[in-house]
Amino acid sequence: MLNKYPLWKNLLVAAVMLLGLFYALPNVFGQDPAVVVSGVRGAGVDEALRKRIEESLSKAGVPPKAMEMKEGRLLVRFASTTDQQKAQHVIAKALDENHSYALTMAANVPEWLQAMGGRPMNLGLDLRGGIHVLIDVDMDTALRDKLEAYTGDIRATLRKHKIRYLTVKAGKLGIDVKFKDAATRDKAQDVLAEEFRNLGVEAKEREGAFFVHLTLPPSEIRATKKFALQQNITTIRNRVNALGVAEPLVQQQGERRIVVELPGVQDPTQVKNILGATATLEYRLVDTEHDALEAQRTGRIPPGSRLYKVRGDGRPILLKKRVIVTGNQITDAASGFDQRTGSPMVSVSLDSKGARRMRNVTTENVGKPMAVVFKETRVVGRDAQGRPIKRQVEEVISVANILEPFGRRFQTTGLDSPQEAHELALLLRAGALAAPIDIVEERTIGPSLGADNIRQGLISVIIGFVAVVIFMVVYYRVFGLFADAALLANLVLIVAILSLLQATLTMPGIAGIVLTVGMAVDANVLIYERIREELRVGSTPQAAIHAGYEKAFSTIMDANITTLIAAVVLFSIGSGPVKGFAVTLAIGIVTSMFTAIVGTRALVNLVYGGKRIKSLAI
Amino acid sequence: MRQLLSSDRQFKFMGQRRVALVLSGTLILISLVSLFWRGLTFGIDFTGGTLIEVAYEQPVELDRVRKVLADAGFGDAQVQQFGTPRELLIRLAPREGVKSSELSDKVFAALSKEAKGKVELRRVEFVGPQVGDELTEDGALAVLVALMAILMYVAVRFEWRFAVGSVAALVHDVTITLGFFSVTQLEFDLTVLAAVLAVIGYSLNDTIVVFDRIRENFRKIRKGSPEEVIDASINQTLSRTLITSGTTLLVLLALFFLGGEIIHNFSLALILGIVVGTYSSIYIASAAALMLGVSKADLMPAQKEGARLDDMP
Repeated sequence: MLNKYPLWKNLLVAAVMLLGLFYALPNVFGQDPAVVVSGVRGAGVDEALRKRIEESLSKAGVPPKAMEMKEGRLLVRFASTTDQQKAQHVIAKALDENHSYALTMAANVPEWLQAMGGRPMNLGLDLRGGIHVLIDVDMDTALRDKLEAYTGDIRATLRKHKIRYLTVKAGKLGIDVKFKDAATRDKAQDVLAEEFRNLGVEAKEREGAFFVHLTLPPSEIRATKKFALQQNITTIRNRVNALGVAEPLVQQQGERRIVVELPGVQDPTQVKNILGATATLEYRLVDTEHDALEAQRTGRIPPGSRLYKVRGDGRPILLKKRVIVTGNQITDAASGFDQRTGSPMVSVSLDSKGARRMRNVTTENVGKPMAVVFKETRVVGRDAQGRPIKRQVEEVISVANILEPFGRRFQTTGLDSPQEAHELALLLRAGALAAPIDIVEERTIGPSLGADNIRQGLISVIIGFVAVVIFMVVYYRVFGLFADAALLANLVLIVAILSLLQATLTMPGIAGIVLTVGMAVDANVLIYERIREELRVGSTPQAAIHAGYEKAFSTIMDANITTLIAAVVLFSIGSGPVKGFAVTLAIGIVTSMFTAIVGTRALVNLVYGGKRIKSLAI
Repeated sequence: MRQLLSSDRQFKFMGQRRVALVLSGTLILISLVSLFWRGLTFGIDFTGGTLIEVAYEQPVELDRVRKVLADAGFGDAQVQQFGTPRELLIRLAPREGVKSSELSDKVFAALSKEAKGKVELRRVEFVGPQVGDELTEDGALAVLVALMAILMYVAVRFEWRFAVGSVAALVHDVTITLGFFSVTQLEFDLTVLAAVLAVIGYSLNDTIVVFDRIRENFRKIRKGSPEEVIDASINQTLSRTLITSGTTLLVLLALFFLGGEIIHNFSLALILGIVVGTYSSIYIASAAALMLGVSKADLMPAQKEGARLDDMP
């Protein structure tokens, strides 16, 4: 029979629409402003804490809408963002140091729907407010640090073989070892090539001086860069977690970049300070055999030592080059006050390797002084290309005699303020950055702008949609109604797919949906114009419907595939806002083909199919 | 049956192709001259720099804000109204000696202090110069790759003359859209680039529909010169072309007037692109194919199509 869909096709359309409606449904429920309380360092959230928070909230006059314990976290919902803001401070006071809190938006989706995987769309930062930063990892420094680590071993090797060298210098491209004459250089080259098989070793002569040049092989350069990136991602993730932001995103982008997205963050300044901070500590022995003042005056620094300045008075001090432990080996740190002097301090715990080293060194050096070096990378300016010029600031913050051997736990004093002790403890807990970083892109959207964007986006979708719907009914009458139904179905399907994929909806994404609404009717226009043409040349209504759909099909495919190509290119090459637009455009094209061709055909067949009809309302 | 155009209309589109070429040529020339001399006003996405949007509780005078900024050492800041008199957009070029990511903090701190906290930070966008260069390269690459991919698809699906015709139309649309942004010196940012790419997709969509009909008619209509066949095809698809452009323009107008400041230029670029794209798919694409000498023989299917009978009731 002409223009009758088999049962399975009708069922397919019905099933797709039901699924679409089901998965689009969670978006109807809206979201509550909420505060999430979770335990840190292994602490949980218990009933007592819940009671305590509830009491202090009702005392402060901001009763919660609901409280839920879920997956070891306590979710406190509020009726409005004003309540949420007020409650934030109340909750902060009620918490002890083992718990942290974060602001979030909690979906109001019923349990049964959630259980079946129903989740609302992810809203982009431009719709909910928040901060997005793109971080560039300074790979030159990472490579230089890697080479620097070899210099000590090179010196030791040369000394062991009794080869006299002048200097050992690490640059970002390699290590230069300088010798007095060619004979010594050649001997050293053999020894170094033997000892450091993983490095490239070659002889060089420059301006009458003799060098051995050691370089990292490409595989090691790659490995170093990869390690630096991974380590930095881990550290940044730890720092972000310490900030207490709900649903943070920390992700690698390309070979040397990291994206951080923090929804709902109120204070971008604090975030950037914490993310970019490179402060860490190093523990070194003091060189007591030489005079620091003398070294500073003459510029002659004993080999194996380095000259530092002490924070505050700036007096010089000589420290051994060998580092006992670095910030990487610190497993935990907490700020507090020294019980004897009352000055701010950080108590530090080491990992087992660090603890063993610390114990060995302190056992051998009881009675001798040990210094704590505070290292921080600061940007001091920019070069002609706009790249940041960084300088590493290193100062000694405390010097103390080793009274007795110690290992895993100890204290560091000499900090300027409790605030500094607090930030240092946070940074030490989160770990050090393996290489300095630079924020190369930032996009911050205030919460009120996010709300405005949602409102304006919704209004334009609705107005545009209504305008098209009215036009189609006026112009194509009953067939226009079919197209309108398809358009509505298309919107539902787009929302359902975005929710299912948990893709992020952004403002350009909404623009993509709006554009899809305009273009989705194109398929129906093509079909209907064909049907009209067929009617004009005298086909019967049934034949006209059949021919209209059939002939328009390849045109629709060609037209949509080319647009899809553009969308895919946009997605793969574009970044940020462009990607969001491409996603909804691509989804819209695919869903509109289904609703406009299969969907409207099902309706047309249902109404007109298999009957003897004289005319079509088209 | 409501109709936009009577069904027996026969516009001689190809007969007017010289007029159209002169018009397009003039527009393209103006665009190229302007692009060459004035260039585009690139947004910070491409140039790098800092953009800060703030909202005051009360309407605020620009001069007052400029003075506050100058006192704080940001004399080079550009300040403009954004939407309402309460909202301002402040732009800063990258500068030496200050860590760019801290620039926005300093500016907002200065404004907030002067306004005694009665100002809200709505948006900050900071793009480093390096990232800006990359985005420019990526953007240009995206346009080129999209054009190449489309050229290949059309060449495979149709014929090389059509592929050249459709790409000529696309280059035409992109040039005029860019030219418009150059002449008006409206800001060209990432969202506008996205719009330009969407225009490529859309304009092509239009062109393909016309080409599809030309191919069909070449195979179906026995007599008639290529010019007549093309005219007939354009006429047959004309109401569809206009209706689809019309509905798309409807929603874009909604976006333009109601969608907010951020996507203002985005929707403007699309509106312009769709108007130009509709025109080009009627005149430029087909005219180019015609001038390259497309003929009936080029479009005959390789195998003979068997007579297919519909299952008529």
